[in-house]
Amino acid sequence: MTQTLAAGSLPRKKVRSVTARVLPGFGLSLGISLFFISLVLLLPMTGLVMHTAGMGWDNFWFVVTDPRVVASYKVTLWTALAASVFNCFFGLLLAWVLVRYDFVGKRLLDAIMDLPFALPTAVAGITLATLFADNGLYGQMLTAIGVKVAYTPLGIVVAMAFTSVPFVVRTVQPVLEELSPEDEEAAVSMGASDFTVFRRILFPALWPAIVTGGALSFTRSLGEFGAIIFIAGNMPYVSEVTSLMIFIRLQEYDFPAASAIAAVVMAVSLLLLLLINVWQGRYLKRLHGGA
Amino acid sequence: MGIDINGINKFFGSFQALHDINLSLPDGQITGLLGPSGSGKTTLLRIIAGLETAEQGSIWFQGRDVTRLHVRDRRVGFVFQHYALFRHMTVARNIAFGLEVLPRKQRPGKAEIKQRVGNLLEMVQLSHLADRYPSQLSGGQKQRIALARAMAMEPEILLLDEPFGALDAQVRKDLRRWLRNLHDELNFTSVFVTHDQEEALELSDQVVVMSHGRVEQVNSPLDLYASPDSRFVFDFLGQVNVLSGTISNNRLRQGKAHLTLPEAVANGNGQIYLRPHEVRLAQAPTADAHLPVCIESISVIGAEVRIELKPQGWLADEVWEVGISHGEFNAWQPQRGDVCYAVPDVGHFFLGDEDSPRTLSWLNRMPPTGVDSPRASGM
Repeated sequence: MTQTLAAGSLPRKKVRSVTARVLPGFGLSLGISLFFISLVLLLPMTGLVMHTAGMGWDNFWFVVTDPRVVASYKVTLWTALAASVFNCFFGLLLAWVLVRYDFVGKRLLDAIMDLPFALPTAVAGITLATLFADNGLYGQMLTAIGVKVAYTPLGIVVAMAFTSVPFVVRTVQPVLEELSPEDEEAAVSMGASDFTVFRRILFPALWPAIVTGGALSFTRSLGEFGAIIFIAGNMPYVSEVTSLMIFIRLQEYDFPAASAIAAVVMAVSLLLLLLINVWQGRYLKRLHGGA
Repeated sequence: MGIDINGINKFFGSFQALHDINLSLPDGQITGLLGPSGSGKTTLLRIIAGLETAEQGSIWFQGRDVTRLHVRDRRVGFVFQHYALFRHMTVARNIAFGLEVLPRKQRPGKAEIKQRVGNLLEMVQLSHLADRYPSQLSGGQKQRIALARAMAMEPEILLLDEPFGALDAQVRKDLRRWLRNLHDELNFTSVFVTHDQEEALELSDQVVVMSHGRVEQVNSPLDLYASPDSRFVFDFLGQVNVLSGTISNNRLRQGKAHLTLPEAVANGNGQIYLRPHEVRLAQAPTADAHLPVCIESISVIGAEVRIELKPQGWLADEVWEVGISHGEFNAWQPQRGDVCYAVPDVGHFFLGDEDSPRTLSWLNRMPPTGVDSPRASGM
């Protein structure tokens, strides 16, 4: 009996030693990470889903397809899309300037870049609303040419773009920094124009980072609340965002409805992030090799 | 296309990277720029290509001043040290790049580009890799693709920056031979940078030795090895055995070592530089040379046996090295720890701080008496 046990455990031990990891602490670090993720992310999300599940499918559908809510989806989606597309261009430009040129105040500009993250979003919203109001600094000029920003969906775009531009800058910046100048020199030495070098050499290398930054910016904008409500005007069917709808339902003490709408936003964000991750994994594999 | 370099001075801030470089690189030849790191060789290559600009001086291609010409318009092929292949393009697209970005009027048709890429891939013997991405290639393959890409424009000048630096010894040797053959076939003018003396001597028609931003010597590989102009070239090119000491009455002395010089020289300090093949080993001192050495190691390196020697009763900054043939080795059977005597046949003498040597020969002097030379009788 002991004989067979010993014989049986021997090969297993051997296998274990072969697959032993070189880096220590795998079990511990993964365990802590998973525990923490469960605590701060999965548990509240499960609560959300449970809350929603309790209300039944018909009720859920009724709540999330309420015309006013659907209108808020539309507004949120197109403004978030506009804001993130704008951020892709502007963020790329900022990252380019920060990486490629040396100028006085470069460090300061680099630090200011993170301000939208550091600033309480409500402060950002109030500041933007003041600036873009009809009698505000920018508002006066914009009114003169017939553009109205504050208290319109355009204001939502401005608020979203402001709060999420660091996502693009901070994802593109390190990639741009690591691009070897040799690639550009090689292209130029073969006679490529500056524009061709950007289009065919730089852009393909930056593309995954821009898409990731853009997606982060987009999903962040979907959920943005504090900065928007002060500048949006919050007119039902026109300039109400989805996160405000959740807030309104909460104020009505309609918790299931609030969590139902929240679940929709969360599902869309999660799906988008997952898709981006998968796509980027494939693209990068091609660049960096690995079967 | 011959390349002329006139009075190039290049500064990086207050650091002068190149001092008054004047060179003429002949048409259709391979020139090697050889020097230790920081000698300015890569900077010079980049200035020839137009990737850097010099503060002073001019660059001429076949009598045409290209100093102010942008790298884009110089039409040189440039191969980078780390290949600089475009990672997001297949091998074929990489090679086609130079043709695809030509102005519309000069650009060949799609079919012709494909045909030319096919020919280039055949030239580098990698046709089967056309649809791979660079990350799927080995170092040697990447380098050959980089060469093919540079050759796509049919440049008359090919510049290579440490082309084989990142490859292992065998691949490096193969590629060197392959490049030499390619050059003999197509006859472009070629300049390459290297810090590997063996590479420079094997591949080049002409070697430019550089140090600290200056040209030390320009010569054919053979002459360069046989008659270096300066201490630097001596030290940098191949192994050298040095005896320094004081001279009185034509005799160089240091500790227990002394060497009678075959020609009259002034008294003072002096150094004698000896290549490993210019020194024999004997079991007894000669009338001219008394250089006792102790055998420290014996290693068989290919066709010769290399013997490292430690001075006995005198000092040298580095161990001495002498190569003997397998025949001599078998006849003599030296052991580690044996003491023997170094006997120079030819040497290069530097007086005091002078930087140009005087070549001395002991061969046509009277044969030394009472010496039992281990060297085979055929000598």
